[in-house]
Amino acid sequence: MNRVADDLNAALHKLFEADPSAYLLGEDVADPYGGAFKITKGLTTRFPGRVRATPISEAGFTGVACGLALTGNTVIVEIMFADFLFLALDQIVNFAAKSVSMYGRRLPMRLIVRCPTGGRRGYGATHSQSPQKHLIGVPDLAIYELSPLHPAAAVFAEMTAAAIPCLFVEDKSLYGERLPAGDRLDDLFSFDRLGTHARAYADRSLPVDHLVLAPGGMLGRTLAAARRLLLDREENTQIVVPSRLYPLDLDPLLPLLTAAGRVSVVEESTAGGTWGEHVAARINAAVRLRHPVTLVSSADSIIPAAPQLEAQVVAGADTIYAALATGPLA
Amino acid sequence: MAHPAPPLVVARADLAALLFIRHFETALLELFAQGRVAGTTHTCLGQEYIPVALAPLLAGDHVFSNHRGHGHYLARYDDPAGLLAEIMGRAGGVCGGVGGSQHLWRPDYLSTGVQGQSVPVAAGVALHLQQSGRGQLAAAFVGDGTFGEGAVYEGLNLAALWRLPLVLFVENNGIAQSTPTDRQLAGTIAGRAAAFGIAYAGVDTDDVGEIRSAVGPLLAAVRDGGGPLIVEFRTRRLGPHSKGDDSRTPAELAALRSADWYARTRALDPVTFDEIDERQRARMAAVLADVANREPAGQWAGTQWAAA
Ligand SMILES: Cc1ncc(C[n+]2csc(CCOP(=O)(O)OP(=O)(O)O)c2C)c(N)n1
Repeated sequence: MNRVADDLNAALHKLFEADPSAYLLGEDVADPYGGAFKITKGLTTRFPGRVRATPISEAGFTGVACGLALTGNTVIVEIMFADFLFLALDQIVNFAAKSVSMYGRRLPMRLIVRCPTGGRRGYGATHSQSPQKHLIGVPDLAIYELSPLHPAAAVFAEMTAAAIPCLFVEDKSLYGERLPAGDRLDDLFSFDRLGTHARAYADRSLPVDHLVLAPGGMLGRTLAAARRLLLDREENTQIVVPSRLYPLDLDPLLPLLTAAGRVSVVEESTAGGTWGEHVAARINAAVRLRHPVTLVSSADSIIPAAPQLEAQVVAGADTIYAALATGPLA
Repeated sequence: MAHPAPPLVVARADLAALLFIRHFETALLELFAQGRVAGTTHTCLGQEYIPVALAPLLAGDHVFSNHRGHGHYLARYDDPAGLLAEIMGRAGGVCGGVGGSQHLWRPDYLSTGVQGQSVPVAAGVALHLQQSGRGQLAAAFVGDGTFGEGAVYEGLNLAALWRLPLVLFVENNGIAQSTPTDRQLAGTIAGRAAAFGIAYAGVDTDDVGEIRSAVGPLLAAVRDGGGPLIVEFRTRRLGPHSKGDDSRTPAELAALRSADWYARTRALDPVTFDEIDERQRARMAAVLADVANREPAGQWAGTQWAAA
């Protein structure tokens, strides 16, 4: 059936059909290769000139993208691995984001920086990073994360409409996942929407023992933990999956946050200065919770290559379960 | 560079432009010394002839300026009050006082304060212009010191590969802040252009007319799809890097001043020169009087998130 990678690819084709000003730049994105993760396949064949394979020059081609955005085009940049985003940060932070407002007027900058993210592939420390936390709080830079519950075409449309540079983080372990057909996720869980957030639940009529905020890349792991919490401990979990991580739209979540037994934020980023810490601070400022927000992230470590070592660092379903299954059994 | 040069023949309008920029920059340094301007500034004293020569060649093109950009702006736009208000944080600044000396924007003009960053961005604008097919080009002014930045080479490589209508105007004034060029640049800029197969021209004259006749045809080739071009002007920075931070010896500075275009141009026809000079000095004084009396620039609207 339809996989996340196919949905992304179709969304790009759709964007290029609809927007004659659309460009895509990145390394090895041309056919027949179609990108390191095949997300751009077919694009250079259909849109030559506007979809370009570049030299290995993250700063250079991101800068070119900035120039295209500055002259009114819609530009997508593919960074082959999120770790390499750092080579392009001058262009993204100092040029694209600042240019939106530093000239005393709002300049539209339709720039989407896509980057495959995260570990669990055994690629080791320089190909497994979760960069989200490094880009939180940059004025006029939004962070979106790929989620199986948010069709990519709609997310691209939202990002281009915002007309500010957007980082689009794609947990590469999602590419091969199937998209849900309808609103069922599995035999226990379904999902609905709260504003632009998706919410996974087993039974909406039950009180919520655990409310978990989880970006798209953490959905599968969080669902696995939620299943165990339900089956082993009869604890009811709802999972909120935001599409836009920064700035986070908290308003649609306020009633849920107030009513929930415990609130957690999970992410794959390594500990320290994380998105979760930022979200916890936002929640604390907005509502009075019964318990402090539980933060789940990967360990404060580089990502080792060997699978058994990587598993000791990267937050998985067990990490989430262990952090949430605290109090006495119901 | 400092070799004895002949008197300069300059058309009246060009001379007026040269002199106005000279008086603008001189006035700015005075304002800083008096504590009437905040922040920083980088004057183009000694280099005025480069933007004045190039301005008519670049009408309708996209220009990327840098930190030393007042001359680039003044030669292109008849808006000295807008620039001075921007620098002084007064009402009516080009960018509402948000940008300041080194962050200026007009629909086809932009300056920013990170060295090297503009080269790939200008290449992106050049790609846009190439696709639009109207023969326009993107030009970026950079200093010699900026050739230390990797972004320059990534941008040049892409521009050469894609034959983009990109021109780098290198203002090689022999120094970057305090570091002489021979302490920061291995090889030559010509050699670097050659490495990418990029057309290169060196310009040693400060004669506005000669520059135009030399550079004009090169730009035409770029517009015709000939690919990028680097033009290196061997020029002189007469003033400090920014304000009061000149590390050069008095002898070096004296040599630079004696080679300056000002005295050589005046020598040719002192009467006409003095007349134009006086008029431009008065014009600058009027601009300053106007801007200095304006209200401070108003409220900062902030970013989208802050406003939401
Ligand atoms: C990336 C970056 N590093 C350092 C600086 C600080 N800086 C501003 S101008 C300058 C010297 C630039 O020299 P050059 O390119 O030769 O231009 P010039 O000042 O001589 O016109 C430096 C180091 C900067 N603005 N950007």
